[in-house]
Amino acid sequence: MRPDIEAIAEQVFTALADPTRRAILATLAAEGPATATDLAARLPVTRQAIARHLVLLAEAGLVTAEPGERRRVRYRLRSAPMRVAQQFLAALARDWDGPLEALKDHLDRSARVLATTPPRETRGHHG
Amino acid sequence: MGFPDRIERTVELAHPPAAVWAALTTAEGLGAWFGDEAMIDLRPGGAAQLRCAGGYMVDMRVERVAEPRVFGFTWQLHELPEDDPRRTYVEFTLEPAGAGTRLTVVETGFAQLPEDACRKAYDGHTEGWSRELGELAGYLDAS
Repeated sequence: MRPDIEAIAEQVFTALADPTRRAILATLAAEGPATATDLAARLPVTRQAIARHLVLLAEAGLVTAEPGERRRVRYRLRSAPMRVAQQFLAALARDWDGPLEALKDHLDRSARVLATTPPRETRGHHG
Repeated sequence: MGFPDRIERTVELAHPPAAVWAALTTAEGLGAWFGDEAMIDLRPGGAAQLRCAGGYMVDMRVERVAEPRVFGFTWQLHELPEDDPRRTYVEFTLEPAGAGTRLTVVETGFAQLPEDACRKAYDGHTEGWSRELGELAGYLDAS
């Protein structure tokens, strides 16, 4: 495992821990690249505060700056780090305890059916 | 290590390995406990599919079949986009334990990252939709 995977995931989670940065990323995801001024018009935060957060997000590699109209810098969301963080969340979300309980129940049920029905009908469990 | 790559569980089942094997490797068995409906082509490289509650579908690929001891498959994490190439590997190991079975499930690969995704996660070039849309426009212009 590369040590940098964890660093990438950490940057994503740090970025997402702040409500303004979440709002910025959500806006860029929903509406595409935008300038700090565009974002300030959409969000209840000053342009200065947005600019500060954008610098941090760019340093973390979560947005990239690109030239926009009238020499204004536009910011674009980068999805690659998000996918790394998703992989981390996937491990946490993987539930084997539930299915293994279900397997146990299924085997118990099947064994009961086998024990109580004549051999020709042993296929019958429901669902 | 903060990034979990491997998940392992062991359960003791009061049923012989043959019964557990059938529950793990047949469409009827898988459909009864793992999903609502299943199909499986039980050979290495064979396809399997699980339909779960809500119509959600999982595609699997059978990787290891060593009846009645080891059954392995790969599948995609549904948290990832559909075109993501990553798969985790799930392996069930069945060991006789008295009249029953000790079943171990190990899933690995959560921390894997393909070479290109790693590079993309780091370098800062801004391609993507704008380039792809440009290519589409070019293609449409040419045709």
